[in-house]
Amino acid sequence: MSIWRTEPESRTPPWRGPYAPYDLIKELCIAVGAIVLLAVLLTVLLSSPDDPPSTIAQWSRQLPADFAATAAKELNGTSDTAEYGPPYNHSSGSVQHFFILHPQRWLGVSHPIDTAEDYVVKPLETIPNDPALSAALAEYKAASSTQKKEWTEAYAKPLEEYATAVEEKKVPPSTVVVNTSTGTVTVNTSGAGPVPTMMASLQSLAQSGGLEGGLVSSRQFFQTDYTKPLLFIADGGLLEERAEGQHLLGDQWGLMNETGSYPGQPWLWLYALWYQVEPIKSSPNADIQVLLIMSLLSLLFIFIPFLPIVNRIPRWIPVYKLIWREHYRSQGG
Amino acid sequence: MSAVPNVPPGPPPGPPSGRPPGTPSWSGAPSHSPGASSKSWTVKLRERGVAALPPDKLLPDGQPTYVASWIYVFGVASIASLIVIVGSGCILALKGPAWWHETGVGHFFNSIHLWSVELFFFAMVVHLWGKYWMAAWRGGRARVWITGAITFLVAIPCALTGYVSQQNFDAQWISTQAKDAMNSVGVGAFFNLTNFGQMYSYHILLLPIAVVALVSLHVLLVRRHGVVPPFELQDKLADAPGEKGRA
Repeated sequence: MSIWRTEPESRTPPWRGPYAPYDLIKELCIAVGAIVLLAVLLTVLLSSPDDPPSTIAQWSRQLPADFAATAAKELNGTSDTAEYGPPYNHSSGSVQHFFILHPQRWLGVSHPIDTAEDYVVKPLETIPNDPALSAALAEYKAASSTQKKEWTEAYAKPLEEYATAVEEKKVPPSTVVVNTSTGTVTVNTSGAGPVPTMMASLQSLAQSGGLEGGLVSSRQFFQTDYTKPLLFIADGGLLEERAEGQHLLGDQWGLMNETGSYPGQPWLWLYALWYQVEPIKSSPNADIQVLLIMSLLSLLFIFIPFLPIVNRIPRWIPVYKLIWREHYRSQGG
Repeated sequence: MSAVPNVPPGPPPGPPSGRPPGTPSWSGAPSHSPGASSKSWTVKLRERGVAALPPDKLLPDGQPTYVASWIYVFGVASIASLIVIVGSGCILALKGPAWWHETGVGHFFNSIHLWSVELFFFAMVVHLWGKYWMAAWRGGRARVWITGAITFLVAIPCALTGYVSQQNFDAQWISTQAKDAMNSVGVGAFFNLTNFGQMYSYHILLLPIAVVALVSLHVLLVRRHGVVPPFELQDKLADAPGEKGRA
């Protein structure tokens, strides 16, 4: 018997042995009833999770310094989204590759996001009757790109120092004053030009809830695409803070989990496993590597009937004797 | 000016019929039209369908005696779970995506939907392992395995699009994390996890159609080929006079 023998014969010989009575429709009806009962029982006992979404208004109120730092990065073009690359822009910060293949670039920028314009300048332009803001915006827009960068960096640097100090549980620098009761941030810096005025207005707009709708990317009255507000809020720290508390981070096997103690998507265990294994774990190309591995494994899984050795294992390890134990008992063997 | 069309007087129009009154419309004979030729697509499809799956094979009232194990429960449990998923999903779809966040009844049906999905995957995985250890692809049944495996793989994005369509924190987190994997292989350009409208369409229409179609094909193939026999019975069948040389 060769292990290379392919298992599936080309046709099904008709069964000529004994039959037992069987009611297919009755069995299906009983199964549906049993599953309904089981689902109702699980529902009554365990319900289902529905943690409300985070809003940009909440983020700007609860973590005002994080909001201001993120908005400054969006304006400066240094946020995760600004540096991402396709399908959002022409950068390359998150473009992954497998040897010479860069499939992320193949279909170009399909969901364009200009973080400075979309997340800061355009929303500010919607605020009416604010002469100070109008003057600041006019000054900013008229400036050269080098000047814009200098202003934004002068504003962002103290906020970054503040964030680092908070993360390392050190005394934060006095250049950033956060009033948690009002949710305001004051950055004491020189050389930031109109940026502090713009950021204060953006913070107020966000806290009033006005930034949410303005970021929904659609020219229509009805809106269903949340790409822009989701990427903006994901650039900040609020989602990650909530996710960590709910064991949803990548190194916590996050993709297959959901909030609370619910099973989530356990069928993604093999997919999530690769992200825990070196060298994939620390690779900048982890996603494409994992997806290619899983695509290959999926193909092998589909074609198991034709895989040498793998399709013979069930003959060698007789689990089938357990499965068909009644048959073998009735055969006396 | 009247909008009523100019209808000639007479009896109301009806289907043309050469049958005398009281004659049943269908006699049960395989072909009814003397003009029906073997070139008719309809006749060809019917003949092929009936040849592949005669009624007693499609809806059998008996099974080979070796079909006696708890493992067989998980195939039908997968289908039963899918029926409950589609049923609860239809109720959720009838009321729209916001309903289950706002009412207790809506949340109840969302929970039924979630748990039937968990049961579906559980039953499907046990069914799959069972079929692997039975080497259920034997005897010309490779397509049965292949359709089952593809069903499992298509059910995964079907569930994922549900998770990102929830409009809650889970949807925010899962969509913003999983987008990187989609983008890395270029899929994100046309399958955008952060676009609620697109994900909702995939979740309630496109992917369920694919899953239900695959399951239907899988079941029809099972009915056509029958349940795989134990190894030695299958080997005897394959070696039986008249079968040898055909395999």
